[in-house]
Amino acid sequence: MTQIVQMRGMNKYFGTLHVLKEIDLTVEAGEVVVIIGASGSGKSTLIRCVNGLEEFESGKLVVDGNELAPKSGNQKALAKIRKEVGMVFQQFNLFPHLTVKKNIMLAPRKVKEAPEPIASATADRLLNRVGIASQADKYPSHLSGGQQQRVAIARALAMEPKLMLFDEPTSALDPEMIGEVLDVMRELAKEGMTMMVVTHEMGFAREVADRVIYIHEGRIVEEGKPADVFDNPQNERTQAFLSRVLAH
Amino acid sequence: MEFQFQFDWQAAINSIPYLLKGIPYTLLISFGGLAIGFILGIFFGLLSINKRWFLRWPATAYIEIFRGTPILVQVLFIFYGLPDLIGGPIDPLTAGIAAIALNSGAYISEVVRGGVQSIDKGQTEAGLSLGLSRSQTFWSIIWPQAFRRMIPPLGNQAIVSIKDTSLFSVIGVGELVRQGQVYIANTFTAFEVYFVVALMYLAITLSLSLVLRYIERRGLVSV
Repeated sequence: MTQIVQMRGMNKYFGTLHVLKEIDLTVEAGEVVVIIGASGSGKSTLIRCVNGLEEFESGKLVVDGNELAPKSGNQKALAKIRKEVGMVFQQFNLFPHLTVKKNIMLAPRKVKEAPEPIASATADRLLNRVGIASQADKYPSHLSGGQQQRVAIARALAMEPKLMLFDEPTSALDPEMIGEVLDVMRELAKEGMTMMVVTHEMGFAREVADRVIYIHEGRIVEEGKPADVFDNPQNERTQAFLSRVLAH
Repeated sequence: MEFQFQFDWQAAINSIPYLLKGIPYTLLISFGGLAIGFILGIFFGLLSINKRWFLRWPATAYIEIFRGTPILVQVLFIFYGLPDLIGGPIDPLTAGIAAIALNSGAYISEVVRGGVQSIDKGQTEAGLSLGLSRSQTFWSIIWPQAFRRMIPPLGNQAIVSIKDTSLFSVIGVGELVRQGQVYIANTFTAFEVYFVVALMYLAITLSLSLVLRYIERRGLVSV
């Protein structure tokens, strides 16, 4: 098995606040890892470290063979990693001045210097795949939240990433739109995409995850197959958290 | 004793051809100065939000100096003061354009800074996470959005600068006000002539406002 992400003894601080504590985590190619935890537990920060949106203070991080040093100004490794790691944000972060299709074509055109017809064909194919081919020439603000998030997924996929990071992809959505986004993610997982997903959707985690990680106050306190973590949590923190979120 | 004042329409109309000769100068100084000011504004505006202090400080100093001193003093300094330094005269037209450029540049720097800082941080993160470099992210994602937001304040600055050129009559540029003063010296019809001068400024600034409103309506797609 190929290791896509390897974290060893990673620590991260915001000022004096210790947000990630001695994180050890490995993600294999093709694996879907779902990270759960209370808000402020550090789960978003954890995946934002993977593509260098956050720096960390100590420890080791290797993404697809590229090592990112702590406090990294290592622009070469960072550039390589970002080309191979896609990210989907809670707030979509689509580019409002570009049409849906241009949103998807931007990175292949600029980063890979793909010729216009090829980038265009890729965009059409991806829009089809996420089920919104008819919206290609609209601007993001004319789409529903669910549609916008599916565009954001297509935009990340256009770079043919080896790993996809999802940072609470359904948390900003109206309830009736959550399903359509999770469906796309489920498909992606089925096709063998390596994924790290931060979410509060426990049903999705149980169904799609190969492994569930529970983070409490910056520390991984429980890790295992979804059935084990959800039905038979060992750590009392995990038990308390799950009883709160699964109660309703 | 009884004052009788009658607006002399004939005098007003007669002054128009002479006053019109000032308009090319007014426009040249305004828009020449603003064009350079825009470049200065982008340059210093972006420097003023740079992380490195040694780039940020000079930009901040430039902005504060030219916003914090009167443009009249600036143009007098350039026209009368600077020749001492460079050892030769500066022609009034050049001095006028330079004054508008430096002055509007300082204000436009602030417009640029505000426009760029108003764009959500998530836009930069999305660009970087897609593999774009910092400069690609800035020029293809941040700048186009920021520029749209900058159009109204830029239009505002253009109108201010056009009116500021009226002060340059003091250094003898043949712009609108200067033409009016020369004309009045011969005809003594101050009321009528300044009335026409005011109307001419209004015609310029109103046309600009209309153009800007049109651009704003057309340009704002979805931001």
